[in-house]
Amino acid sequence: MEKRIISTFRQLYYECKEGGKTIYEVAQEREADLNDISVAEVRKIVKKSLDAMKEAIKNGLKSQELSRSGLCGNDCVKLLKRFGSNKALFGTTFEKITTYALATSEENARMGKIVACPTAGSCAIVPSVLISVSEDCNINEEEQLNALITAGEIGRIISNKVALAGAVAGCQAECGVASAMAAGALTQMRGGSMKQILNAVALAMKNLLGLTCDPVCGLVEIPCVKRNPFLAVHAVTASELALADIQSKIPLDEVIDTLEQTGKLMSPTLKESSEAGLAKTKTAILLEKNILK
Amino acid sequence: MRQSSLIDIISPVMVGPSSSHTAGAVRLGLLARNVYDAKPEKVIFKLYNSYAKTGKGHGTDKGLLAGVLGLPVDDVRIKDIFNSEEAKNIQYEFEYLEDFNRHPNAVDFIFEGDFNLFIAGDSIGAGEVVIRKINDFTVKLAGKYDTLILVYKDLPGMISRVTKLIQDENINIASLHCDRTSKGDKASMCICLDGKLDENILKQVEQIPDMYMVRYVKKLES
Repeated sequence: MEKRIISTFRQLYYECKEGGKTIYEVAQEREADLNDISVAEVRKIVKKSLDAMKEAIKNGLKSQELSRSGLCGNDCVKLLKRFGSNKALFGTTFEKITTYALATSEENARMGKIVACPTAGSCAIVPSVLISVSEDCNINEEEQLNALITAGEIGRIISNKVALAGAVAGCQAECGVASAMAAGALTQMRGGSMKQILNAVALAMKNLLGLTCDPVCGLVEIPCVKRNPFLAVHAVTASELALADIQSKIPLDEVIDTLEQTGKLMSPTLKESSEAGLAKTKTAILLEKNILK
Repeated sequence: MRQSSLIDIISPVMVGPSSSHTAGAVRLGLLARNVYDAKPEKVIFKLYNSYAKTGKGHGTDKGLLAGVLGLPVDDVRIKDIFNSEEAKNIQYEFEYLEDFNRHPNAVDFIFEGDFNLFIAGDSIGAGEVVIRKINDFTVKLAGKYDTLILVYKDLPGMISRVTKLIQDENINIASLHCDRTSKGDKASMCICLDGKLDENILKQVEQIPDMYMVRYVKKLES
């Protein structure tokens, strides 16, 4: 039998609908088929990523070590201190999401062990949302794996259209896509329908179109490290809207086409080359002189 | 359309901070090590363009050396590789260059030892890498498949002799890439396989007359 190719969200939707299956069920079966392994083996590989994500958060929360450039590494501890004495306006889950995200992205900057999801620069967005909400809503490991597989399938379908690299399509294709993946994963975890999941992805992605990649000194530090907690929270907004059955008027596949088009139209100076944007501010140029010697 | 994998999106587990500049560097080092397939006395790393400019801040230098020493992308020793025992047993040098004909994240490895070997590769994004040159030959080695790399005299029938041995093992060939310096001179073959070749077959490949170099490079762990 010919293998069915799922390369758009429309195809995914109909594949799920016809088979009466969820996104993660279709995704894990397809992945097993692709690699000639069992669904249980696929889930075992995904669990390796999930465990490493938890480990990165644990390590990041403990450390204050600066990155090699000295530009970042000690902000998570400030956030922990603040929340220790002043409750966040949006409650404990917000506190967890922002601290877990900062812990993970600082861990990445100091050469700690993380999971590229989809990339190293955007490594904190999916884990911080997924793990914080799992803890606060008592979501078991099997359901966490279902959510992470959903996130992976969303990223995979987007990557069929757009390479998930700042150098190709800007940060919209790295942190932007990570936020869309997190929005879909969260909606899956909270019992959302397939339509709600796909709407959450579309809503998150639409709102991040055009995000440039202009890293100071060419390093995955400014603005990347702090962008992660912002876009983790952004994913929650998208999921809440979608769970209320608010729809993206532009269908998800068209949003992804727009992501691709916007990436192509974006100036190369704003795609990881550090030739414009924040990377060419007065302060960034000074930092460059002091750091890149 | 080529089939993509969702596991690729939510992996690898790696040491930060950059999939292209850190994990990609380690993977290039691992592939180059497997191609050289001997203990080098010295390795010269030439880093180009973005690798040269921002490599230090991303630990690209550490990643390349760690890969050559056989450390996987998630090994926390990468961070302190320059002070490790492994690194003390090898000489190494880094050169930083600009060349706009090369990929933004390009690197050359010059292995010196019982024999010398030149290997050039690129880190093409999200931790994916390609070795594009071995000495004078163009190859395409991405570490996604077990790959047989051969250098031999450019003669009629060499390809069928090799592929016959693979066929007899009932192993499918995923891709085949050939190159040569000039007609009748040296030629190269880069064969990506859907299965694994055992030692015995490799010995038979080595025994084909006018075969100069045989390397079996295992696929990289994702």
